[in-house]
Amino acid sequence: MTTKLSPAAPDASSQTTITAEIGAAHTAAAGHRGVLLDFAPYRSSLLRHPTKDLRHADPDGVELVAPVFGQGEVDPLEADLTIQRDGEPIGERMVVTGRVLDGDGRPVRRQLVEIWQANAAGRYVHKRDQHPAPIDPAFTGVGRCLTDDDGSYRFVTIKPGPYPWRNHRNAWRPAHIHFSLFGTDFTQRLVTQMYFPGDPLFALDPIYQAIPDQGDRDRLVATYDHDLSEHEWLLGYRWDIVLTGSHATWREDDQDA
Amino acid sequence: MPDKLLPTPAQTVGPFFSFGLCYEGDSQLVPPGSANAIRLHGVVYDGAGHPLPDALLEIRQADADGAIPVVAGSLHRDGHTFTGWGRCGTDPAGHYSFTTLLPGPVAAEAPRFFAVTVFARGLLDRLFTRCYLPQDAALHDSDEVLAALEPERRATLIAEQDGPSSLRFDVHLQGAGETVFLQFPRHADIA
Repeated sequence: MTTKLSPAAPDASSQTTITAEIGAAHTAAAGHRGVLLDFAPYRSSLLRHPTKDLRHADPDGVELVAPVFGQGEVDPLEADLTIQRDGEPIGERMVVTGRVLDGDGRPVRRQLVEIWQANAAGRYVHKRDQHPAPIDPAFTGVGRCLTDDDGSYRFVTIKPGPYPWRNHRNAWRPAHIHFSLFGTDFTQRLVTQMYFPGDPLFALDPIYQAIPDQGDRDRLVATYDHDLSEHEWLLGYRWDIVLTGSHATWREDDQDA
Repeated sequence: MPDKLLPTPAQTVGPFFSFGLCYEGDSQLVPPGSANAIRLHGVVYDGAGHPLPDALLEIRQADADGAIPVVAGSLHRDGHTFTGWGRCGTDPAGHYSFTTLLPGPVAAEAPRFFAVTVFARGLLDRLFTRCYLPQDAALHDSDEVLAALEPERRATLIAEQDGPSSLRFDVHLQGAGETVFLQFPRHADIA
């Protein structure tokens, strides 16, 4: 089952068909918040979404306690994706920073944030990415950091490019950075994608559009922040991330959050 | 308490997560060959019964004494510290395998389980499930989650002993034998 681009099955659907399906799916899902698991315009979701309702469970034991990651495990240099190899990566140098909060507004402190992304040409270093765009030998596209006491994270990187995939004919992903996040409970785990403001591919993309509410979709888009930009060096983007609330009981020392 | 903030929506982990998320030793909660080490392994399947070569599982568990570790060391494993967390991507045959310890009971009469998170290309949000131990069959009726399930659904949450120190836990995202996936109260806040 080898395919040339991403391993999704080739689909002859046109963008017009997919866009119409997105519209119909949004109408059918009116009022739904967050992402849908079953979103037919994203063809790979068809056989990979549960068909039965998620079962309610009260978190127990290990589910109330997130894994811990220490300063010794993450080198501060891992937050700068532009210095991991010899040479300067090609592309638009940028910083992305923001706060990780839980649903009650508390900062998620000293937790692991992992990112991975394509290079400026829209190519991943992954061996199965065969998009015929150049690999940048100076760019791996992988970063890690720990949030600070304020819940803030910060990465220096290169703006990723859009890239084609095989969901349908002439399908292109908007430029994005993948984010992986932990909260204070194991049940707060989140993997998502950060997008860039004003991308013309938003309306066409079935992964971004799997979130039916426009306000929810907007919360995946970073804000350009000129005060973060650095003179003759890089452009600044700000993106805050909110995890679900913690199940843990509030304590007195949480109040200064 | 401040006003509730709306959570950031999830997105699929995509096809190329392995270069960003997988790392050496990620699935080895204890070094292979250590005393009392077990294998927790299985295959992740889609609704057509095909194995997924691009899925990722994470587990969170108590240590052998039932204590929940709150220690660093899951990224740079030192060979001694048991951190209770691991990550494993599936191989081209859809197979994952952790080297770990059997969790101890967190409370008296509580059946032991691994908390499991499932990610995959095509899956737009992570799924939570639990892998209970077949050794605890006598306690399963008293477990709130298991007791509420009809027998064939309940079976999807219980590992199979397939060797002296090996547990098999397959995950079916869809179809006959679809794994029971869990939603916790704070998740329902946003739905």
